[in-house]
Amino acid sequence: MLRMLLNALRTGVVTTRYPAETSIPPERFRGAPVLRAGSGLPPPDICPTGALSERIESGSRHLALDLARCAFCGRCAEDPWAGAVTMGREFELAARARSDLRIEVAADAADVAAIGPARAREAAAHASSEIRRVLGRSLHLRHLDAGSCNACDWELTALLNPVYDVRRLGIDFVASPRHADGVMVTGPVTRNLETAVRRTLEAVPEPRIVIAVGACAASGGIVGEGYASAGGVDKVLPVDVYIPGCPPRPEAIIFGILLALGRLDARRVSQGVMGRHRD
Amino acid sequence: MSFGALWGLSLADSALIDALRSAAAGCVDTEVGPRPSDLTLRLERASDLPAMAAVLVAEHSMALATVVATDETATREGDLAVRYVFEPTAAGASDRFLTFLVCVDAARAEVPSLTTVIPAVNWHEREMHDLFGIVPAGHPDPRALVVHDGWPQGSFPLRKAFDGSRRLAVESAEEFPHLVAEGEGVFEIPVGPIHAGIIEPGHFRFSSVGETVLHLDARLFYTHRGLEKRMEGRSPLEAFYIAERICGACSIAHGLGYCEALEQIAGVDAPPRGRLIRSIALELERLYNHVGDIGNVCAGAAFHYGTATGARLKERLQQMNEQLTGNRFLRGLMIPGGVRLDLPDGLLRILASTLEDTLAGLDSLMGRIESNPSVVDRLDATGILTHKAALDLALAGVAARASGVNRDARRDHPHGAFASPDAPALHVVTLQDGDTMARVRVRHLEAQESIRLIGEFIRRLEPGLLRVALPEPLRGGRIGISAIESARGEAVHWLRTDALGRVDRYHLRSPSYHNWPAVALAAETAIVPDFPLVNKSFELCYSCTDR
Repeated sequence: MLRMLLNALRTGVVTTRYPAETSIPPERFRGAPVLRAGSGLPPPDICPTGALSERIESGSRHLALDLARCAFCGRCAEDPWAGAVTMGREFELAARARSDLRIEVAADAADVAAIGPARAREAAAHASSEIRRVLGRSLHLRHLDAGSCNACDWELTALLNPVYDVRRLGIDFVASPRHADGVMVTGPVTRNLETAVRRTLEAVPEPRIVIAVGACAASGGIVGEGYASAGGVDKVLPVDVYIPGCPPRPEAIIFGILLALGRLDARRVSQGVMGRHRD
Repeated sequence: MSFGALWGLSLADSALIDALRSAAAGCVDTEVGPRPSDLTLRLERASDLPAMAAVLVAEHSMALATVVATDETATREGDLAVRYVFEPTAAGASDRFLTFLVCVDAARAEVPSLTTVIPAVNWHEREMHDLFGIVPAGHPDPRALVVHDGWPQGSFPLRKAFDGSRRLAVESAEEFPHLVAEGEGVFEIPVGPIHAGIIEPGHFRFSSVGETVLHLDARLFYTHRGLEKRMEGRSPLEAFYIAERICGACSIAHGLGYCEALEQIAGVDAPPRGRLIRSIALELERLYNHVGDIGNVCAGAAFHYGTATGARLKERLQQMNEQLTGNRFLRGLMIPGGVRLDLPDGLLRILASTLEDTLAGLDSLMGRIESNPSVVDRLDATGILTHKAALDLALAGVAARASGVNRDARRDHPHGAFASPDAPALHVVTLQDGDTMARVRVRHLEAQESIRLIGEFIRRLEPGLLRVALPEPLRGGRIGISAIESARGEAVHWLRTDALGRVDRYHLRSPSYHNWPAVALAAETAIVPDFPLVNKSFELCYSCTDR
């Protein structure tokens, strides 16, 4: 017992200060791909998850990237496309709408900047203030595995470890859906789990939120749609927040939960943090 | 072809083939393959299977490695085929696979069930029925396994004629016929598929009297995503990204297994530096899993200091994974032909100091576990799996070695840097007790061994190529087979290309696939409140079982 106490004292505090302080991922981390307008952009069919697509508008080729589908494998940033696409280090990518996760650039117009996501700002702001009004600053969530590869599940588990310890933020995971304010769904919703997924959400009292964690939940990801997979949580349940990643790192999940709670604006004002402003 | 004329057949092989032939009533053709060290026996009559399989298992101590069904209706043969792949288990046996191949008429698809001869074949046969419509005649438990509620009768998703890209509506269905014990005072306790903690989905139906478990019927495959079907028809590179994502905790192991099978087909070898980095990553994957699993067993025993310590040590390792490969699950390192990323000296220094701290932290944690009577009492003699059951079920990995089965694919089927001539010797850890404590101890000793091996691999790193290019397109109709020791145990990968060099069929038999039935057996020696503890001591993946 004494030895345990001494070990604990020697270890000290290991808990991160995120989100009060920003977190910078390591150099090799593959966050949101950055597309540069120009002719060196990759053809869409190289993407293993189908996150890239193209369209021709008034004679010019536009390439779009769906971050919800992206597996962050880095293939589109390999040679010979390395100059046109680089893997950025931004990981705070969660959004309230799928359309917010779409990045588009013109392939053959060198001076056209990337077209940012179109955002339904008013609706989003209204939704967050509603959630905040009803649920306050604390959120109790139920994890719902809808057919994940377990990577996203392990990252949810990591939120409870001494390093991330989300309970310090008023966030906790509960055992029963009846005690939950919402669900964190991982996986593309398999056919074999569809009934259980629907019933679990029904057991969560209203108002409730649904957070799709990771590429499979957000879009079907690498699994896509098929005989055994619905191809994303929003095919089965209404989704409030999408968190891209394969899997999203724990801090990216914390960002998504805070987005759902509408608690990010306060942080950004008080910290003056740079970054993509979301809602 | 006469077997005597075959290149590379030893006298022992001839004796084995003679024994198999004399057990068969029909004709048996022998050929070398898929690898030069392997043998494939084509059986004229499927009815010869049980007798021949009995010879292999009972008299030649071979174990089931995997069963692969394929749809050949597009070929000249125009039927379905089943391959039963066996591997030697005797100490010092060479790296080889022996395959029984039977062809089945697609219109009257039936093979004799081997489950009563080889218990490990049980789930393989039920899966073959669900996905291919091949009936294992005489199977003692022919319930559906992979397809659940209201799956349309007569639809077999892995047949080539089935369009797997459509989403099938869920129909309401009658309750699944669970196998339960009956009698006075027997209760049924249904648990899952959605569990109270953050874990993967499965349904467990306990039959218990008071706290004592009489019987446990586990129903899995809730996370069946149809990944094997999704890989079919894709380019080998595209399919790789799916293989790497079958399971989070086994990303490196399954990525490597797919790559090695593919590289066999392509006729290339990853360069020495690439192979060493692959093996370093495989040991890092084992390490973060084993360390985290020891912590999670503590959670099952309500030892919170242990849980928090295990979680902290695992987190440090996963943060290092992200530094090394850009992903906390080491994704993005592996690629067909080698590795995508180098390990420069700066990162190797971070690796060395993290491993040093991890070793000290882990040894201290095990010391606290072993000196804490209330924890030891929960782990000792809990959830016992006998040596015989481990052999019957062709168990893999930690659970097998904790029940005295001396098997490790790193030694038995050398892969990664273990396939090099100057590979370090591997110390395979075995214990005899087969209880939860033994499984925890095996993990501790294996984590120490992984740290030692990483040091050995780093010492062998020489400047050189990271990857080689694969020819395009690949040769058609070729088969690759590999066996990788993941953190959970041996995973067997089977891959075949179609005429255009794309993926025709890929099948993964994960270690968890063979180990799940053992969890149910071990649970029957425990009480209901100990089930989470027993389950965590096996620590099996649902996702790479269900695929």
